[in-house]
Amino acid sequence: MATDIIIHDQKDNVGVVVIEKITPKQDCSCWIMENDSTVNIQSVDEIPLGHKIAMSDLKEGDTILKYGHDIGKVVKSIKKGEHVHVHNVKTKKW
Amino acid sequence: MFMFTTSKQKSGNMEIPKSFLGYKRENGRTGTRNHVIILPVDDISNACAEAVANNIKGTIALPHSYGRLQFGADLELHFRTMIGTGSNPNVAAVIVIGIEPKWTKKIVDGIAKTGKPVEGFHIERTGDIGTVMKASKKAQEFVMWASEKQREECPISDLWISVKCGESDTTSGLAANPTVGNLMDKLEPLGVHLCFGETSELTGAEKVCATRGATKEASDKFMRTWSSYNDFILKEATDDLSESQPTAGNIAGGLTTIEEKAFGNFQKIGNCKFVDVLEPAEEPKKGKGLYFMDTSSAAAECVTLQAAAGFNIHLFPTGQGNIVGNPIEPVVKLTANPLTVKGMGEHIDCDVSKILSREMNMSEAGDKLIETTLRVANGRLTCAEALGHREFVMTKLYRSA
Repeated sequence: MATDIIIHDQKDNVGVVVIEKITPKQDCSCWIMENDSTVNIQSVDEIPLGHKIAMSDLKEGDTILKYGHDIGKVVKSIKKGEHVHVHNVKTKKW
Repeated sequence: MFMFTTSKQKSGNMEIPKSFLGYKRENGRTGTRNHVIILPVDDISNACAEAVANNIKGTIALPHSYGRLQFGADLELHFRTMIGTGSNPNVAAVIVIGIEPKWTKKIVDGIAKTGKPVEGFHIERTGDIGTVMKASKKAQEFVMWASEKQREECPISDLWISVKCGESDTTSGLAANPTVGNLMDKLEPLGVHLCFGETSELTGAEKVCATRGATKEASDKFMRTWSSYNDFILKEATDDLSESQPTAGNIAGGLTTIEEKAFGNFQKIGNCKFVDVLEPAEEPKKGKGLYFMDTSSAAAECVTLQAAAGFNIHLFPTGQGNIVGNPIEPVVKLTANPLTVKGMGEHIDCDVSKILSREMNMSEAGDKLIETTLRVANGRLTCAEALGHREFVMTKLYRSA
């Protein structure tokens, strides 16, 4: 099965869409670069190339992990399979 | 294409060539280009410089916006950038034109230390027309002299490679930036000089970046540099910077926060450690290896500073498609975003989009970038050069006196 989503690190709670887009209820194959393993997820939203998908349910105040590191905080709860972006995540800096 | 002898060291899939064809300069440095530049000292000398470049084919004028009433560290940076640009080994000879003799001479004297031909002209008491005539005669002499220079085989360690990413998106952090990191990991042991910058765009990854100092001194210097830049941003910020960092282009490409952008940015240095932290446009003095330079994160400002520090070839990974070039330092673009390759392929020197579909691994991508870099070092025009991108943008630190 072709890779639809790439995840940098085992610890990450988001993955990046690497095909032109994924559509709602699509069964996606995710490749975790760090340990070369594969997991699957069903999408909720349509998500374009380069945008992120939540790999688990996330609530307000939770930390988003990518590259195994803190890249910001959840400001609006996110369900597994939903689009993660500026509408529900903000920086902890500035 | 690369018929030179190769080193014993094997990379993932290819043997790395041991040499390239460059222009040997009087001071022992090597150029990948052979430019004759017309350098205005200040904004009001641009017209003269451009007239000379129009008269004498094969020369390039480098117009810019500053050089009057600057003082203190800002003026020092102006001189360092001017002298550094003229001293870059990609430049064979220089005509300097300023409004008055004193600052003109200071820049001429700075460039002359390299041993290359340089001559200054000032406009006061002569006017534009007389200055253009005198400077044009000298520029013709310089360009005809430089045109006889031949490329010769030079060790790969003569490459001074600067890097900066732009219009990044998540494909930059996933693939294009790690491709640059792979190149660094393979070329660093061969004795090249390397440079990364973008102080503000390491925000969020600053503590991890600090651990990459080769010495405690380098790590501490990095943290001081980053903190000072961050304090300035916090002082001047009127909002959460969400209109500026990440940029609208970054956000369209899927980047959400400055931290996410920073960790993507940081992938460019691979596993290398930096030996020192440089002031903007400061020439590295501690020998081969990776340097961090305190720079703006705006593409043209950053590349201009790195070129002024003596770097002779630039690698520029992009996601959404930044199109920047530089008049003296060739800018090699790579991207992993297939939509960018499809929509604006004329700007992309090295396509690594097959990493995303997993038809190419990182080591293969790094090899492909090394091959592209060496072709450009040997003389192949970059996309930006062919398209006429010559963004020369001076960094100004504060208001004039």
